[in-house]
Amino acid sequence: MRRIILSLLLVLTAATMISSARADQTADLLDALKAKSFKAKIIAVENLAASGDARVVAPLTALLEGRLHKRKSDGAIVIVKKIDRRKFFFDALSGEKLGPAKARSSKKIRVNNRLRGILRGVLGALTLFSPDSKQRLSAARSMFKSAPSDSLATLSKAYLKETDEAVRDALARTLAATRLRHGTGAEKLAAVEQLSDFPDRDVRDLLASTALKAEGDLLAAVKSAAASIEQRLAFFNILQNLFQGISLGSVLLLAAIGLAITFGVMGVINMAYGEMVMLGAYTTHVVQTVMHTYYPGAVTQSLLLSIPAAFLVAGLFGIFLERSVIRFLYGRPLETLLATWGLSLMLQQFVRSVFGPTNREVIAPSWMSGSIEITGGLVLTNNRICIIIFAALVFLVLTLIIRYTDFGLRMRAVTQNRAMANAVGIRSSWIDAMTFGLGSGVAGLAGVALSQIDNVSPNLGQSYIIDSFLVVVFGGVGNLWGTLVGALSLGMANKFLEPYAGAVLGKILILVLVILFIQKRPRGLFALKGRAVEG
Amino acid sequence: MMALNPSARIFAILLAALTIIVPVLNLALPETSALHVPTYMVSLFGKYLSFALLALSVDLIWGFCGILSLGHGAFFALGGYAMGMYLMRQIGDRGVYGNAELPDFMVFLNWQELPWYWLGFDNFFFAMAMVMLVPGALAFIFGWFAFRSRVSGVYLSIITQAMTFALMLAFFRNDMGFGGNNGLTDFKELLGFDLRSQGTRAALFVASGIALLAGFLICRVIVTSKLGKILVGIRDAESRTRFLGYRVEHYKLFVFTVSAVMAGIAGALYVPQVGIINPGEFAPANSIEIVVWVALGGRGTLFGAALGAVSVNLAKSYLTAAFPEVWLFALGALFIAVTLFLPKGMAGSIKVPLPAWVGGRT
Repeated sequence: MRRIILSLLLVLTAATMISSARADQTADLLDALKAKSFKAKIIAVENLAASGDARVVAPLTALLEGRLHKRKSDGAIVIVKKIDRRKFFFDALSGEKLGPAKARSSKKIRVNNRLRGILRGVLGALTLFSPDSKQRLSAARSMFKSAPSDSLATLSKAYLKETDEAVRDALARTLAATRLRHGTGAEKLAAVEQLSDFPDRDVRDLLASTALKAEGDLLAAVKSAAASIEQRLAFFNILQNLFQGISLGSVLLLAAIGLAITFGVMGVINMAYGEMVMLGAYTTHVVQTVMHTYYPGAVTQSLLLSIPAAFLVAGLFGIFLERSVIRFLYGRPLETLLATWGLSLMLQQFVRSVFGPTNREVIAPSWMSGSIEITGGLVLTNNRICIIIFAALVFLVLTLIIRYTDFGLRMRAVTQNRAMANAVGIRSSWIDAMTFGLGSGVAGLAGVALSQIDNVSPNLGQSYIIDSFLVVVFGGVGNLWGTLVGALSLGMANKFLEPYAGAVLGKILILVLVILFIQKRPRGLFALKGRAVEG
Repeated sequence: MMALNPSARIFAILLAALTIIVPVLNLALPETSALHVPTYMVSLFGKYLSFALLALSVDLIWGFCGILSLGHGAFFALGGYAMGMYLMRQIGDRGVYGNAELPDFMVFLNWQELPWYWLGFDNFFFAMAMVMLVPGALAFIFGWFAFRSRVSGVYLSIITQAMTFALMLAFFRNDMGFGGNNGLTDFKELLGFDLRSQGTRAALFVASGIALLAGFLICRVIVTSKLGKILVGIRDAESRTRFLGYRVEHYKLFVFTVSAVMAGIAGALYVPQVGIINPGEFAPANSIEIVVWVALGGRGTLFGAALGAVSVNLAKSYLTAAFPEVWLFALGALFIAVTLFLPKGMAGSIKVPLPAWVGGRT
């Protein structure tokens, strides 16, 4: 027992001794950076990189950023960091805080451009072995354009060691690019073949520049690889447009669906609808602010909480609006339009007076930022995906409510024939109020979604109102499917026209197309039929 | 004065008197006099008169034919742009860059020559023809399609709004050659008269007054004629009028085009008096505001529309200066109150006993 402990102790001391010896060695290498000539510094940097000690990353990064200093009092090499506008010294290797840095108590270790280039390459290679897979990934990617010829060995070593799928792919891509630049004839051909597996713009540009210098077999290979990449990029481009079209369409759907409900049932054009959306967005902001004071960091929960909150705020306001103004104006749709427009002005000014005219911040939960990369050429952002899902959910729930609930049944009855519905005992005024509340509540939900992708400002509603009207008019008011088809087709048309015509001209074209379409079908795609519609 | 009922006759007489008295008070009286009207007031009233003409044009189609256009600001702005283009050409080489061939903003954007659609705008009469033709032609084409396919009611309102929105986006583009975001401004003179001088401003005011009076009389003639009766028939029962054998779309198209031309003239009078025209005039909100003037003043009364335009704008000038926060609240509340409590507007709700000499019954 005793012997075991003793031998263990021995091993431990030996280990510490070795590691401290190694530390001393690294520290000596670091001291070589104090040399006057840049040549000596370059050798020092290369030695440091070759030492294989992970701790050299910090001083080398600091050197590149001009934060590596020589302290005048004892000649030690330190890193200078600013914390709260005051400068502090840190130990170059251990990262230990050494106390405040007075002005002129240290001298910066100077670098020139050649040294900077070498530092970048060395740091890239060093971070290739970092334990953090994100750092490895960004290192592998950053070396794609500028990996030096002698990094081939390092790259292959890293590639063989790598276990993470994404990093492995990035390494293979960089490795192939480096081989294409610096390899032998056969290596180059193989590299071209490998590169054709990575259809993205950087590879396309690399192949294009290679094609200028290449001859014979290599030229043919490069050309065919470039062509296949070009083809796949075009395909991805269509997919990307499709995604953006669906994304814009779902935003339009969210913004228009409540409008379609109120318009369909009551024939009322609610001009204050955009302001209901704005109310929803501001509710999200308020919920988040309140939550932040009591439970800081509960971003996801506050977003989830603001969904019912926004629905309630906007919905109750809608019911109030219906009872106080709109019910006196039934049968006079154009007057309703004016009164609700007046209301929208008041709401805008109200919000401007309470919250100020500037944009309000709504923090997105971390799982909504970032993006999913399908391949190099196709990137889907998370918040857009969330909004597509949210819009689909809202649409589904609304369809179910209208189709299968008692309230939905009565609502449809009033939509199709108000007089007959009254005759069979449906209180149509109650249905009106509830429908208006439902439509406004959905506007509030749209506000929650829009607060994630747009500025929360008093003008939020204004920017969507015309688009929403177009969707409703285009889709027709017969059923919600019309709104869905209208929103998606307008969204798609917008995104597919944009690359050819530019954003503004594309939008103008859409407006003109819708105006022309209305001539063809004056009551939209899915029009209600029958005599109840007239009048 | 045939075709004028008592209230219309009073309106015409008052308008004529105003058109004469205001410039006289401005030009003839010394500035120290208590009755003197300052020049800026003359321009301000002139602006109101052009708005009144615009409101008149909306009342003609909405009040008498039931066409609610939420895009009439587009015709107004187009007329204004035609006038603005003439005024731009009048600047000649006195612009910042001193280029006699091109307006300043084109020099700034490195344009080499005048685009074809600017040709002819050096000529005043050509420009005035365009003031009427461009809005008229747009309204004719738009109305031709819309009325033939029987787009009506709320749907028509929405697509007129889409039209003015599309035009706004288009005019914001620098490539269009209309000055983009900044529009046309920095005007110097009209027909050789300095735009800043007192006399020119008074003359513009008189022109606005005469245009409003002429517009009013033309509208009266239209609505009291047989054609006017059919228009009212269309307003109240479109299908029935059609079944009686009238080509509804022709009547609508006629009155819509006349109205657009009037709006264009109003725009042309507005621009020299305020000194600028920019794409903001196309904003859908502006067009909706016009409808509110008409609704407040009294839909279907013509003179009520003019009164509505003047009174709302008087209130706007006062409130935006004195209580900027309150203005939108006031305007919004006005919209709601008028639609709820004054469905006939001021003109329809306030009954004044008229003296016998204008034809009133005592």
